[in-house]
Amino acid sequence: MAEKMALAKAVNESLRRALETDPKVLVMGEDVGKLGGVFRVTDGLQKDFGESRVIDTPLAESGIVGTAIGLALRGYRPVVEIQFDGFVFPAYDQIVTQLAKMHARSLGKVKLPVVVRIPYGGGIGAVEHHSESPESLFAHVAGLKIVSPSNASDAYWMMQQAIQSDDPVIFFEPKRRYWDKSEVDTEAIPGPLHTARVVREGSDLTLAAYGPMVKLCQEVADAAAEEGRSLEVLDLRSVSPIDFDSVQASVEKTRRLVVVHEAPVFFGSGAEIAARITERCFYHLEAPVLRVGGYHAPYPPARLEESYLPDLDRVLDAVDRSLAY
Amino acid sequence: MTVESTAARTPRRSAGNKAGTTGTKRTTSTTKKATGAGKSAEPALVQLLTPEGKRVKNAEFDKYVADITAEDLRGLYRDMVLTRRFDAEATSLQRQGELGLWASLLGQEAAQIGSGRALRDDDYVFPTYREHGVAWCRGVDPTNLLGMFRGVNNGGWDPNGNNFHLYTIVIGSQTLHATGYAMGITKDGADSAVIAYFGDGASSQGDVAEAFTFSAVYNAPVVFFCQNNQWAISEPTEKQSRVPLYQRAQGFGFPGVRVDGNDVLANLAVTRWALERARAGEGPTLVEAFTYRMGAHTTSDDPTRYRHDEERAAWEAKDPILRLRRYLEAANHADEGFFAELETESEALGKRVREAVRAMPDPDHFAIFENVYADGHALVDEERAQFAAYQASFADEDGGK
Repeated sequence: MAEKMALAKAVNESLRRALETDPKVLVMGEDVGKLGGVFRVTDGLQKDFGESRVIDTPLAESGIVGTAIGLALRGYRPVVEIQFDGFVFPAYDQIVTQLAKMHARSLGKVKLPVVVRIPYGGGIGAVEHHSESPESLFAHVAGLKIVSPSNASDAYWMMQQAIQSDDPVIFFEPKRRYWDKSEVDTEAIPGPLHTARVVREGSDLTLAAYGPMVKLCQEVADAAAEEGRSLEVLDLRSVSPIDFDSVQASVEKTRRLVVVHEAPVFFGSGAEIAARITERCFYHLEAPVLRVGGYHAPYPPARLEESYLPDLDRVLDAVDRSLAY
Repeated sequence: MTVESTAARTPRRSAGNKAGTTGTKRTTSTTKKATGAGKSAEPALVQLLTPEGKRVKNAEFDKYVADITAEDLRGLYRDMVLTRRFDAEATSLQRQGELGLWASLLGQEAAQIGSGRALRDDDYVFPTYREHGVAWCRGVDPTNLLGMFRGVNNGGWDPNGNNFHLYTIVIGSQTLHATGYAMGITKDGADSAVIAYFGDGASSQGDVAEAFTFSAVYNAPVVFFCQNNQWAISEPTEKQSRVPLYQRAQGFGFPGVRVDGNDVLANLAVTRWALERARAGEGPTLVEAFTYRMGAHTTSDDPTRYRHDEERAAWEAKDPILRLRRYLEAANHADEGFFAELETESEALGKRVREAVRAMPDPDHFAIFENVYADGHALVDEERAQFAAYQASFADEDGGK
């Protein structure tokens, strides 16, 4: 049944469905129970599924992920919430050293079906440590899968698939898009989790993005269209693995690529995409792959974030530079 | 599972309250003696066997070993001797270049065998990287422990095969896994328990503090078994804590107890008590086994740079195997034939381990790409194919090797 809902509500509905269908699914994190999460993503879940399945945890991120690992070893499928992007680092050791490697260390004997939900990115005028985009710090780690939906329907279905995955999945939720509404068909048959999707077809240049930047790229394509330029917009959806085949197919058509993300450009996912696409499409490219993203500086105070984050003009500027080659 | 290590593996729901029939007649004193590193300020610890091999009464803990027969004691002795023999063989294999590294448990046999034998089959163990004695108790084939030290894998056994998790090298991390697992036991409505091993050094890790917090908040059935072997590589316990480690538990709201880590009977009793608490829904317990790392931290370590021989000599007098042997002999619980037979068995184990390690093949190169993910990953597939093509490009040069 198709219904229009906000992205945050779609995650909520997806978690609800998972809790209903699989008794091994648990939701845990700081304030996820009685409060329903600081963004209300888990609103009402504890009331309906009880404190044993929707668990308010102590304020200790390493403890949240570490105990989730133990619960997974016992046969549970924990979905843990890290309250904000900048709070994940106390859990970084458990995620990188334990969660990511345990399946391999056990020679495949144990599985770690843990989902780590992280509301991420800026644009909401938050205080320090509440606006970061650390996805590349996780994508660099073998054993983890990294996804980020850009809309409510993907949020719903990608969460279902992440929970069903036997691998640990870091699920980056674009918090500035939490309130954006779009159609969600809860009976649709979703495509594979780690594939990209062309959200707008074009012929002059490809914009590749994920999470919060997909909407921006669509706006850029609208603006460029007014200037007579046809941009293709690719929603990557997954940062590990990256669906390079789809990027390649698009770039072979448009011959130009601009990658957009909020995370710093330096060693960001755009760098990896640029390198791979240069290898794969060397003779198709009419311009070097360009990147638009954050700067190599700490995420700035809220009054400066508009200057730090990619916006319409900055992406258009990159489009112009690419087309000028 | 090895046949050697199946003794005393039957589940024990409770040690019972039967009157003690073993060893108590020799007891002349009920005073708890502090044996800690010769320091008079050290707090009392639970001790049932003195270093001289005398059984001393303990009003609180005697009942937890009241069912232990002479045969059980011989079993504990055998476990300790064989574990030490295995450990010595591994050290020797490292010296011969067969292993890249070895972390010896020498001196900690009583803490590990005593606690390990307190467990039921359905309990779950989360070890560090030195729990060779506990692995023995769980029936993990000792040769399986050597794979990671030889460098052929990073943990070569099925954790669920013996409810013995993989060795954890980053210290303290596993205490959180143990706590989560124990939370799962509670959710399942089971009465199993979990034991998390760690050391005095790990006690400083934030993860250990968080594990204490989580286990206390959720009343998780977990026993935190800290082997205080006095040294975290070169740093003495004073560099980790201003209070005795077992007292840390108090601030988290659960009991902590210090046990003579070189007294196998006391470790068995105290761990049984702690497991019983866990099963009864009384939550976590911290056990500090006060022991001594007789050897180096690992084969790469040189303890002469930071500690004196006199300290080791003082602890040698408290050797866990020696004291049980004295007791067994004095109580006529074991004869010459037993010790001789064990010696033979011990040498056979050493030989078996030696031969198994030497025969351990290097893994196939493609193992690099195995089990990175459970559900696969496009990049891993792509890189495996690239690697295969690269390897194949040498096929003609080295005769197809």
